[in-house]
Amino acid sequence: MTLELVTFLVLALIAIATALGMLLSRNAVYSALFLVLNFTTVAVFYLLLGAPFIAMAQVTVYAGAIMVLFLFVIMLLGAEAIPRTQVLPWQKPVAITLAVILVVEAAYLLVTKARPVGGVLPPGTEANTMENLQQLGETLFTQYLLPFEVTSILLLVAMVGAIVLVRKEKGVQR
Amino acid sequence: MVPVNYYIILSAVLFTIGALGVLIRRNALIIFMSVELMLNAANLAIVAFSSVIKSFSGQIFVFFVIAVAAAEVAVGLALIVEIFKSKHSIDVDQMSGLKG
Repeated sequence: MTLELVTFLVLALIAIATALGMLLSRNAVYSALFLVLNFTTVAVFYLLLGAPFIAMAQVTVYAGAIMVLFLFVIMLLGAEAIPRTQVLPWQKPVAITLAVILVVEAAYLLVTKARPVGGVLPPGTEANTMENLQQLGETLFTQYLLPFEVTSILLLVAMVGAIVLVRKEKGVQR
Repeated sequence: MVPVNYYIILSAVLFTIGALGVLIRRNALIIFMSVELMLNAANLAIVAFSSVIKSFSGQIFVFFVIAVAAAEVAVGLALIVEIFKSKHSIDVDQMSGLKG
């Protein structure tokens, strides 16, 4: 067992435990905080995979911006916990059975049929240097320039859309 | 060296937990968080594959996915706030106004 494998296994355990914590905790604030921890763990996975830029974007955008927005809305609405209503009692066992089938099937097919061979380069080797980051930027701004610009328009539209949705309309009685 | 299969299996497990969250939770905010978890699991798989074939395209795709997720969260949370204003609840079982 190399050090890297041990790191991976420990982090994988944390990722799965925090995802389950998100799923099972009754208070929505705890769920959001578990999810922050999960996103940070995934950011460390990106570092292990030799993608430092994506790791930092993950921390700032996901664990930072998106989850703060979530926490803000949870506290704004006071929706920490909603009363438990069980409309469909058979739904939970069926969902759990189907999920177990899904994970077994997906793992089996991805490993046997997709045949991803080889291992992942450890961080610190040549694929994980500053020149690498420079190349990433060059690819982003040459080959993928149009999608990049479209993304900026998408973000603008989302911003305008969010403002329009929550804006109070003048003279309209609700 | 960690075999890439491990990353793929972890990604499948995280995706399934997210799908399970969408199915069994009734709180609209938790359902939304589970969707984010599924997006994240897919991102992890993409980066793992791109790391194996030593190409940048996967990382750039993940960058775009993160940007789209940010936009989606802004609009989705605005919708949830709006639903809460009209129904005073974010229980998805309450949103049955179109039911005959």
